[in-house]
Amino acid sequence: MLKVTIDGKTIEVPAGTTVLDAAKMLDIPIPTLCHHPKLTPFGGCRLCIVEIKGIPRPVTSCTTPVSDNMEVTTSTPQIEDLRKTVLELILSDHPNDCMVCEKAGDCTLQELAYFYGIRENRFAGERRIYTKKDGNPFLERDMEKCILCGRCVKVCDEVQGVGAIDFTYRGFKSKICPPYEKDLDCEFCGQCVAVCPTGALTGKQWAHKGRQKDIKEIDTICPYCGTGCNITLHVSRNEVIRVTSKEDTWNEGWLCVKGRFGYKFINSPDRLKKPLIKKNGKFEEASWDEALDYIATRLNEIKAKHGADAIGGLSSARCTNEENYLFQKLIRAAIGTNNIDHCARL
Amino acid sequence: MTNSIKEIEGMEVIFIIGSNTKETHPVIANRMIKAYRKGAKIIVVDPRKVPMTRFAELFLNLQPGTDVALLNGIAHVILKEKLYDKQFIDEKTEGFGEWEKSVEDFTPEYVEKITGVSKENLIKAARLYGNSRKAGILYTMGITQHTCGTDNVNAVANLALLTGNIGRESTGINSLRGQNNVQGASDAGCLPNVYPGYQRVDIPEIKERFEKEWGVSLSEKAGLKSTEMIPAALKGNLKALYIMGENPVITDPNMHHTIKALKSLDFLIVQDIFMTETAELANVVLPAACFAEKDGTFSNTERKVQRVRKAVNPPGEARDDLFIITGLSKRLGYPMNYNSPEDVLEEFGKMWPALGGITYSRIERNGIQWPCPTKDHPGTEFLYKGGFPRGKVHFTPTQYMPPAEITDSEYPFILTTGRNLFQYHAGSMTRRVKPIETHAGEPYVEISPADSERLNIKDGDMVKVMSRRGKIEIKAKITPRVSKGVAFIPMHYREAAANVLTNDAALDRHVKTPEYKVCSIRIEK
Amino acid sequence: MNNLEIKVCMGTGGIAAGGTDVLSAFDSALKERSIPAELQMGCSMHKVGCRGLCAKDVLVDVLIDDSRTTYQYIKPEMVQRIVDEHIVGGNPVSEWLVKEDYHNFHEKQIKVVLSDCGNIDPEDINSYISVGGYKATEKVFATMKPEDVIAEIKKSGLRGRGGAGFPTGVKWEACRGVQPNLQMGQKYIICNADEGDPGAFMDRAVIEGNPHAVIEGMVIGAYAIGASKGYVYIRAEYPLAVERLKLAIAAARERRFIGKNILDSGFDFDIKIKLGAGAFVCGEETALIASIEGQRGMPRAKPPFPVYQGLWGKPTVINNVETLANIPYIIVKGADWFSSYGTEKSKGTKVFALTGKVKNTGLIEVPMGITLKEIIYDIGGGIENDKKLKAVQTGGPSGGCITPDMLDINVDYESLAKVGSIVGSGGMIVLDEDDCMVNVAKYFLSFTQAESCGKCVPCRIGTKRLLEILNRITKGKGKEDDIELLLKLGSDVKSASLCGLGQTAPNPVLSTIKYFREEYEAHLQGKCPAKVCRDLLTYSIIEEFCKGCGACLRACPAGAITGEKKQPHKIAPEICVKCGACFDVCKFKAVGRE
Repeated sequence: MLKVTIDGKTIEVPAGTTVLDAAKMLDIPIPTLCHHPKLTPFGGCRLCIVEIKGIPRPVTSCTTPVSDNMEVTTSTPQIEDLRKTVLELILSDHPNDCMVCEKAGDCTLQELAYFYGIRENRFAGERRIYTKKDGNPFLERDMEKCILCGRCVKVCDEVQGVGAIDFTYRGFKSKICPPYEKDLDCEFCGQCVAVCPTGALTGKQWAHKGRQKDIKEIDTICPYCGTGCNITLHVSRNEVIRVTSKEDTWNEGWLCVKGRFGYKFINSPDRLKKPLIKKNGKFEEASWDEALDYIATRLNEIKAKHGADAIGGLSSARCTNEENYLFQKLIRAAIGTNNIDHCARL
Repeated sequence: MTNSIKEIEGMEVIFIIGSNTKETHPVIANRMIKAYRKGAKIIVVDPRKVPMTRFAELFLNLQPGTDVALLNGIAHVILKEKLYDKQFIDEKTEGFGEWEKSVEDFTPEYVEKITGVSKENLIKAARLYGNSRKAGILYTMGITQHTCGTDNVNAVANLALLTGNIGRESTGINSLRGQNNVQGASDAGCLPNVYPGYQRVDIPEIKERFEKEWGVSLSEKAGLKSTEMIPAALKGNLKALYIMGENPVITDPNMHHTIKALKSLDFLIVQDIFMTETAELANVVLPAACFAEKDGTFSNTERKVQRVRKAVNPPGEARDDLFIITGLSKRLGYPMNYNSPEDVLEEFGKMWPALGGITYSRIERNGIQWPCPTKDHPGTEFLYKGGFPRGKVHFTPTQYMPPAEITDSEYPFILTTGRNLFQYHAGSMTRRVKPIETHAGEPYVEISPADSERLNIKDGDMVKVMSRRGKIEIKAKITPRVSKGVAFIPMHYREAAANVLTNDAALDRHVKTPEYKVCSIRIEK
Repeated sequence: MNNLEIKVCMGTGGIAAGGTDVLSAFDSALKERSIPAELQMGCSMHKVGCRGLCAKDVLVDVLIDDSRTTYQYIKPEMVQRIVDEHIVGGNPVSEWLVKEDYHNFHEKQIKVVLSDCGNIDPEDINSYISVGGYKATEKVFATMKPEDVIAEIKKSGLRGRGGAGFPTGVKWEACRGVQPNLQMGQKYIICNADEGDPGAFMDRAVIEGNPHAVIEGMVIGAYAIGASKGYVYIRAEYPLAVERLKLAIAAARERRFIGKNILDSGFDFDIKIKLGAGAFVCGEETALIASIEGQRGMPRAKPPFPVYQGLWGKPTVINNVETLANIPYIIVKGADWFSSYGTEKSKGTKVFALTGKVKNTGLIEVPMGITLKEIIYDIGGGIENDKKLKAVQTGGPSGGCITPDMLDINVDYESLAKVGSIVGSGGMIVLDEDDCMVNVAKYFLSFTQAESCGKCVPCRIGTKRLLEILNRITKGKGKEDDIELLLKLGSDVKSASLCGLGQTAPNPVLSTIKYFREEYEAHLQGKCPAKVCRDLLTYSIIEEFCKGCGACLRACPAGAITGEKKQPHKIAPEICVKCGACFDVCKFKAVGRE
């Protein structure tokens, strides 16, 4: 274990712990933009710089491993001044159109600009303008809002193992894009969207559906494969408008294309809205009482005539444990047969 | 899964067989990649060059349906090179001697002939897996959806027993469940031979317990499996069927046959969220609530019971299944009284102690993995820590059996089916999601470059694919993912449904799983 | 006469000036002539590497019985006469001989790294061996333990010649000290030949002139740290250097100076060449490592330093070309000999690329501690056209300026740092009164801005903003507090940037403001004192001098000049594009520029 003192508070941490992580353990806040706890350190945004005794220049706390008896100061007038310069530089090349941005209220850059009170910009100048839009159906890539924190590049490579995007060009023109600036053609897991700290990457389906303040978040479980990823439904006006996953879940916030973008069926106009009874080969709408009475009558008839074993039930992996339990109970106890199965084999 | 998803991260060797993890369980694949980044060695066994092979130390590209031979071959090498865990075998297993004899013939040379996997690679795989004591096996339908599915699973289990790679962290025999609550539906007793918690209906003491709790007398006769119900309907033995949230027309093998069977029923009830192909055939259709419209729990593939929460109201008069079932039950003269889904779980836990300790308040934030018998039990991340439930576990000898249908001059291709990354199962959900449909809305058959050249088929050509059961027209996708002589069709597309072609006559002899993964077809331009 | 040797300078500069043709002209001329048989026996022709004074290429040495005569500015058509008059006739062609300045240029130089450049044939390993090449390798494997090698290099005081000046022996020792365990068995040595400073060509000249010295340095370094693999990371824009290096590596492998079981020592080491794709930032060691690994060349934060976690995460030493080329000479001649040159803390010699407004431009090697005055006036021969010296810019885009009042400064790491400049990789640009310092700063900054990898904010956006401010200043649109803003932003970019590129990029700006603040202020007033910044100039015709010849009228691309023949012309300021063509063509100094 290594001893480190940060802003006068001392803690022992295992070798390999970064200064930023050690500060987190001590509840000392350090601003970050490019850092993501699930990705390897990047050190690009320079906001997490700190002073370390014995090192002449400020260093990024996200990349610097603690060494024994290290003494760290996280906030000095010089450090705060540098952070402010860096933020102003980022904002000098950003559309700053928070009024219409999907990410407003949920944007790290916006929040930092607020905390550092940046209004005028000493460094106002040329801004990157990109006209090409990405034609893929899932992800909105607004590269003018990209601050090149590299999180998307890292998550795509390190977590997803795809590497669909990377840095291209140099200098001020540096840009993150797919090879040869083609349209994105990847697994569309949207991990990049999840880690993007600004409005550069969003879901195309999210647009104009509601902003953070109107949204109710409900934690639940993904309805697709058996992995059972924890998801959060964002609901506005009785409509699921976005799906995310929290970093502190067992699936670490990662989802796949179906989990993240496959939610629109919920509000599909095709949804069945009324019980239907087929009469003369055609479905007619019915009330619940009519439908259930009709079913009960028919099942009783069949049971009386052919016995309970002439009736079967197929349950579903779509349904909850509780529903499945009740369904088999219905078949076994109310109807009286063990003809009950589900789709495990399919 | 005997073990947990997060334990994959700690595996030294990850043995993936019959699972296209990157597409069908992408988030589990992320764990595998995490392990890979830490130095884990990945072995992929698959008839297709699935995306996970990018991270594989070894890719064993076997012929469809030859898994038993391959697994026995690996066991053969592990035995020969004495890489097995003798202490584990002595203490925790039985039947080793007999089983050992059964794999004697599976020399690498013999296995190479059957599977097409070179003996060098087979030996490499055996050494990798056999030398590690933190090796896990992961498999999916590529193992189970065969006439020899049960043998496949046994052969997989034998490997784990042989090396003692079970009952410890980051090991195990891990079947990845394909649907969100397959685990839960099985646990809840939606199986013809067992009550909730896998308690057999034909054991009188168990039956009596349930009769007492439910206040009614129950049948001791095991019921029909889903794959037996269809023929029973055709024969006229089954008169009424109540289908809750399933679409067998698309998902069952031999679609024409399924439709005919459902049509011959006297009475069909379908409860679903959409007017599915199956619902079209029903006498009564009941509008259900989807996952976002109800409270309850799902159990994932690692036995973790997790909370499902209502986020929005169901559309129109659609109702959650609890309302519907209790409403019907009452009308059938058997009222069930529950105030909330939580009451149901409580009863479930009472009847099956493995769930006894799980309450909604305990899984508010994080799910709990059963067995969890008491309210202070933390749940079980991996099974068999303290040994096996019945004392010693048995090595079950398995013999290689070719698939039910083998290629001939009339049907020279092997068709294998499965999912792709974007669509899901019968597609009733994903095909209503516009971006998914835009990106992956078209059915296709994967054909190898060698075959495409021979048949003069170009990428994007419409081709006719036919089996002894039916015929579809579908777009050709030329890709080295499939080997020569093998074709792949994803199951999602009703307009060119793979299950028009698949073989409903070929079922696993024990559990009656259909052989979706192998049938013989012909491809014509 | 029984021994004739002809050496034609064929570095990149020599080839560009026609060296290949000169060499073949000698070949055919000598074949045509009936040269005495005994002379034919001993006749040999060599291409040799750069000898520094590229301005006078093609340089040709004619050695008759080891007596050397050097010709300058040789073209193929001149060869015939040299053969006739000098080689056959015995009388050197006196008007083509190098002049005094050639000798002055060399007199104050001390050549270690360049000692064999321009003398040996870089494409022939025997040529290198004949001057004592690979003696160091033999000595190391025969008599020295790795620790002895490290001790010797430490004792020599050699410091990294790539710019930062880190003691080479200490670096090697640190890498050797990393205990190899099962996971980390491999170590690497990398030769950084990604020379990218504008105007710098030291490393190129060394590899083109004497590639084996670099290979020898790598072998010895590898032995010292325990590396079995080496990479030379070299820019693809150096095709000749790459070619000669390839030949040299193959020859060295054949002679078993590299490869398996080197000289029967049981030590294995081999070298691979990795071509850089022209990114300046790949000269930064962590970016270079990323590039070798196949990733985009982007630096990462240090620590961990490459000696602990370098290429593929393994301990890695990265040395510059010049550093490595010093190694064999130190091993053969001893640390004491090496450290007899230089100052207390900066030992040995340093190669500089002397360019700009100096008479003798070229490649020089001088002992550390030599004064700047000696370099510019003795070696460089003073300022071109005897104009006034304004500043010396050292260290390229990362460096700073030195003013004429500091000419007595010793050129070494510490002294240059003290005045706000650096030794750097060895660029040295001499500026005179016609150079605008704001423009110089702008030039360097536009280079670093374009070469920023884009990873960190201060470098990517900060340098862009600095450049924008400089641009508006040189366009006469500067704002009152722009100088303060440059100072503030420049200092913040230095403090907050991730790698050396960003940390030094503002240096040319900060240094020119420090010493030439009045030039910046003049620009803010709308004047460019050196009359360089086009937007601040106005052209007008001084009527009393104008003869009405019409030369300016014809030269003007914008049609801004009007006037009758023999009558004073006029420039219409609203049409004038300020290209200066009229100013250049006027023979009567009748065009005024303000």
